[in-house]
Amino acid sequence: MENNNLPLLESVEPDYINEMTARREPIEQAKNMAGATATTIIAFGALAGAAFGQDKKLPGKIVDVLNFALTLEFLEDEFYRTALGSSGLIPAETRDVFGQISKHETAHVNLLRSVLGSKAVAKPNFDFTAGGAFADVFRNYQTFLAVSQAFEDTGVRAYKGQAGNLKSNDMILTTALRIHSVEARHAAMVRHIRGETPWIVGDSRGTLPAPTQPVYNGDGNTKQGTVNVATLPGLSDKIASQAFDEPLSKDEVLAIAGLFIRK
Amino acid sequence: MEKELNTDNKVGKAENDGGKLSSRREFLKWSSAAALTAFAFGSLNPETLSAKTAFLGLPIDDDKAGVVDVGKGDIGILNFVYANEQLEAAFYTQVIATPYAGMTSEDRAILTDIRDNEVAHREFFRAQLGKKAIPNLQVNFTSINFNSRQSVLQTAQMFEDNGTAALNGGGQLLKNPLFLLIAGKLVSVEARHAAILRDLQRPMSAYFSGDDITDPATGLDPARTPAQALAVIKPFVVTPVSIARLPQPKA
Repeated sequence: MENNNLPLLESVEPDYINEMTARREPIEQAKNMAGATATTIIAFGALAGAAFGQDKKLPGKIVDVLNFALTLEFLEDEFYRTALGSSGLIPAETRDVFGQISKHETAHVNLLRSVLGSKAVAKPNFDFTAGGAFADVFRNYQTFLAVSQAFEDTGVRAYKGQAGNLKSNDMILTTALRIHSVEARHAAMVRHIRGETPWIVGDSRGTLPAPTQPVYNGDGNTKQGTVNVATLPGLSDKIASQAFDEPLSKDEVLAIAGLFIRK
Repeated sequence: MEKELNTDNKVGKAENDGGKLSSRREFLKWSSAAALTAFAFGSLNPETLSAKTAFLGLPIDDDKAGVVDVGKGDIGILNFVYANEQLEAAFYTQVIATPYAGMTSEDRAILTDIRDNEVAHREFFRAQLGKKAIPNLQVNFTSINFNSRQSVLQTAQMFEDNGTAALNGGGQLLKNPLFLLIAGKLVSVEARHAAILRDLQRPMSAYFSGDDITDPATGLDPARTPAQALAVIKPFVVTPVSIARLPQPKA
């Protein structure tokens, strides 16, 4: 299964789907047998570790991407757990929504840590006020929502930007894609709560404060492949931009997330 | 006009593309453009169209026996996604053309945006795949009650959850990183659609990413193989679609 010395285009083996399917069965069995959530995650991690060759060597490029993802998941996980624990912050109306999001972020942290094993980075110390820019983030619901939307839209763009770097390992790529679409569900829901469209229009941050603009820069792109989608029949810049989400590079994401990490 | 995909894939051209199909596709293209124009100017009353012919006003295919083979390799996967996008675009076009009873302005705004997004996806694939694109598929929506909010939203959610899972599973089948990136750009928009369509049914609950779709233990959305995803949409697609040559599990 290890083929990391091959160029990307040649790295997909014909039998990988069988590999994937063969390994999914024991995972399903483990899930059925496991009584507790934690047990399930450990079982998944152990299987994933075996599948990825963690016992031997996880390729450095993949370790880097997964630790980058883990850092973002640490950020989100602590953010929502703190918010849910801040009395009077999240109203009853949306507690189920944020409880669900928080549950997923915790699961993502556990999943990534179990895959990375001893290679997992430590959780950073976070400053969710971003040096005071969002000073009342855990006292003011609107500030909390704004930061939440920025985190979720960033998370979607971050995973998207790393997919190509995971191509050498089908199971890890697929796992990352399966996290990516969950982050998109979160993003859509938080945007909806804030009265925004569930999808990003152009590169607009909408009603978010100016410091969040880097989250949206470049999302107004309308060219996909060799096609400018905005020029196709019946379409427009608005539609062509909102119909496709754009990636952010690792550096762009770290510039955003770095605002919330204590040095 | 049509630009060829620049791909390392060895598939030369769509194997199902004889001269007959080419000319037929030209006709279908022409007729879909004409139908769109007719819709735009209101000269076609959607209510007089049967659900079966409402898809872009296309005539029933006289070549029913013809199986549409999506092809193999990356082009095959892209054509399979294109088939999904055709179905979704046709569905939402019908939803907006014949709105259900009591459609609120919020519902209409969301469903109109989703229609626009799916049309953009469909038109992108049509243009990008060019001569390698599969022809327009015939759809059958007779099992959907377009006058019922519940029927429309349930169907929409099913399409979006399935489209998301299909792209999650399809990513690893793509060889070209450019195509993987494009799939990534699509899948998060499909997931956004799924989330809001779920919320319209159970507002402000956990359902937007509910435990029925997102595994609560791992926080992962499903990934479906092309065969699994095709099985979900098959009841709505009249044209026989073959995915036999796609990379997929053998048993």
